[in-house]
Amino acid sequence: MSTAVFDRAETKSWRVPSWIGPIAVLAVAYGVMPFIGGAYIFEAILTPFLALSLAAVGLNLLTGYAGQLSLGSAAFMAVGAYAAYNFNLRIHELPLIFSIALGGLSASAIGIAFGLPSLRLRGFYLAVSTLAAQFFVQWALTKFGWFSNNNASGVIDAPPLSILGVSFDDPVGRYLFALTVVTVLTALSYRLVNTQTGHNFIAVRDNELAARVIGIPILKTKLLAFGISSFIIGVAGALWAFAYLRTVEPAGFNLDRSFEILFIIIIGGLASIRGAFFGAALIVVFPLILSRVGSLLLGGHFDSGVLDMSQRIVLGSLIIVFLIAEPDGLTALWDRLTKGFSRTSRQQPQ
Amino acid sequence: MTMIPFLFAPWRPAVSYFGSLRTIARTAVLAISFAIPIAAPAKAAEQYFPLQSYRVGPYAAGGTGFFGGFIDYLNLVNIRDGGVNGVKLTWDECETQYEVERGVECYERQKSHPAIAAWNPLSVGIAYAMIDRIAQDKTPLITINHGRTDSTDGRVFPYVFPLLLNPYSETSGIINYIAGKEGGLDKLRGKKIVVLYHGSPYGKETIPIYELLAQKYGFTVSQIEVPHPGNEQQAQWLTIRREKPDFVVLRGWGVMNPVALKTAQKTGFPVDHIVGNVWSNSEEDVIPAGSAAKGYVAITTQASGAEYPVLQEIIKTVYGAGKGNLDDKKRIGSVYHNLGIVNGILNVEAIRIAQEKFGHRTLTGDEVRWGFEHLRLDEVRVAALGAKGLFHSINVTWDNHEGDGRVTFQQWDGAKWKVVSDWISPDWALLRPIIEKSAAAYAAEHGITPRTAADAETASR
Repeated sequence: MSTAVFDRAETKSWRVPSWIGPIAVLAVAYGVMPFIGGAYIFEAILTPFLALSLAAVGLNLLTGYAGQLSLGSAAFMAVGAYAAYNFNLRIHELPLIFSIALGGLSASAIGIAFGLPSLRLRGFYLAVSTLAAQFFVQWALTKFGWFSNNNASGVIDAPPLSILGVSFDDPVGRYLFALTVVTVLTALSYRLVNTQTGHNFIAVRDNELAARVIGIPILKTKLLAFGISSFIIGVAGALWAFAYLRTVEPAGFNLDRSFEILFIIIIGGLASIRGAFFGAALIVVFPLILSRVGSLLLGGHFDSGVLDMSQRIVLGSLIIVFLIAEPDGLTALWDRLTKGFSRTSRQQPQ
Repeated sequence: MTMIPFLFAPWRPAVSYFGSLRTIARTAVLAISFAIPIAAPAKAAEQYFPLQSYRVGPYAAGGTGFFGGFIDYLNLVNIRDGGVNGVKLTWDECETQYEVERGVECYERQKSHPAIAAWNPLSVGIAYAMIDRIAQDKTPLITINHGRTDSTDGRVFPYVFPLLLNPYSETSGIINYIAGKEGGLDKLRGKKIVVLYHGSPYGKETIPIYELLAQKYGFTVSQIEVPHPGNEQQAQWLTIRREKPDFVVLRGWGVMNPVALKTAQKTGFPVDHIVGNVWSNSEEDVIPAGSAAKGYVAITTQASGAEYPVLQEIIKTVYGAGKGNLDDKKRIGSVYHNLGIVNGILNVEAIRIAQEKFGHRTLTGDEVRWGFEHLRLDEVRVAALGAKGLFHSINVTWDNHEGDGRVTFQQWDGAKWKVVSDWISPDWALLRPIIEKSAAAYAAEHGITPRTAADAETASR
């Protein structure tokens, strides 16, 4: 696995500066998309894409950088969403953005609690213990009606999105809201992985014993990774609930969602912030494109069940092809396509 | 340098710009292909049904039957009558797998189509997610036999219609049936009922009403959740065995139902003391359970069987023309198929009623809403539609979106369902204040001013 630290060392001085890419993407996202996209693009593609990308960024900090395998992402999303809902519901004067932040902090607390076993457990064993978070949270949210304001169905209705009196309650507004939150947290994550803390994460991942020997506080680093990662995932859960679905039930945050987020970072590229976005694009957006193209071309001939099954086959095969072509994920593939073959080849571990 | 001799290898030696240009070109093609709405422009007279169906996943049996029946009836109206007063019925399907996220995506995808008549997602979770969306878009949302109970109050939920039977009415009907078997409502005192419910918004919807009825009639109720999808219930049935209830109400869905019946047999609970709710009443629920299901009773709003005139017409006209939607012809006349047909009748009649008011043309969603609010099909009209005995009647008004549907009970004899009761009315008078209270709370939380009868009479074009 090539790490972010080495990636940076590879950068040659004559190349375009690395900040150009993100700035260009942001310029398009803020300056162009709101004017050309239709409601469908925002409501069904971009908003869920942003929410899951953010969750993947969070998991990538934990799994990709700090090397702690977690299957509890959906649980942390659920904690974020339900906590933000409850803060918003029960503290009337609290601005929504603070509710979301408090939701993230609640997820963070739960994340740290379930991160404690990581001090003793590694790899698959740790994954199994984070699985406990997955089941526990879903159970608690279902069992105690208080979390969903005693709604008979256990479904919560998201509050309207507005900040300082400015309403974001239309497709573009929700998209811009999600985009802003995602941009800020992604920028902070990017900053984080390039600080000493971020390097500590990588050190713990690559060789825990060596990291301990050179004086990195293992306990603190691991719990910090769990805390920060869960915070980001919790905020992503709040975005998923408030900006995308606008209603949410505990079953919406099941184990499948945890796996989905894990697959996003594996396919996108472990230990890469960009990878989270590439992976989310493949896992979230691509099936939609496939399904629309499929029903456009073949909708008249096959029923929707057959189409759906074929899409799964196509998607599954594509994922295998991508991973064979580039085990380091889409982000490495992208590097190769954009930077040219000869220079990036030196990075290949094979 | 390692070369991976695979799909991407040919690109590599080329100058990188070509690679990226190609990528951009491909991305652009894909981007354009989904930017174009699926829909062709609306023809002169067409009324479109967006079907958020599910034909794969754990609930495919219900989805294929229901949407099959719905499509079969729409096809019948198109082939036999040339549409509703010349307005062709059209539809397309979007696969949801009963998942909320997919349902929302389908909603966003299909809503760009013009001339939408009504949404029929057949999923409580998806319906919940759509409530504020359809209110904004002013199109009706039909949740036949399920849905959010308080949406019965049309003053607060103008566009949501839990037609025929909302979950509370169903609960009341089941309790009345059990009381009938025990010899009267006063005989319920001291009895014990266990409700085994599906772990989903649908399953939980009736928890408070069972508690309330238990208090009112003096029986004890214990409600046990089966996590979705419900293919393992050993623990739940052992609990039931310990509690020794007089009756078990099965509020299941999909694979949970046959598993419940089989596990009941294994733990020795008598099957004729299990009463199924309206989503545990199909052939797909009992046939897989084999002998364990023999004697099982379930509530229904529509009879099963293919002997009704409308079914015969569908077999002759639609299946005869090779346009039938069910792959397995044996499922014609099954519970879900018949429910789909009843749903088709209600949707089409609402359009017909609205057309009499607004003209024989493509209607807006709001005009179809008016049609649903005047959907009065008495027994004479139901017989004229060829559905005598298939379902009883419906009487929807602007503030009662359920429409006083009647229920009946059917018993599985090992080969087919046999009706074992008359058409029973749930205790609407008891339920209405609870529904109004819940709706009022929703209105307050969402800043909705309840409509008046005058508001309901006008419809926007």
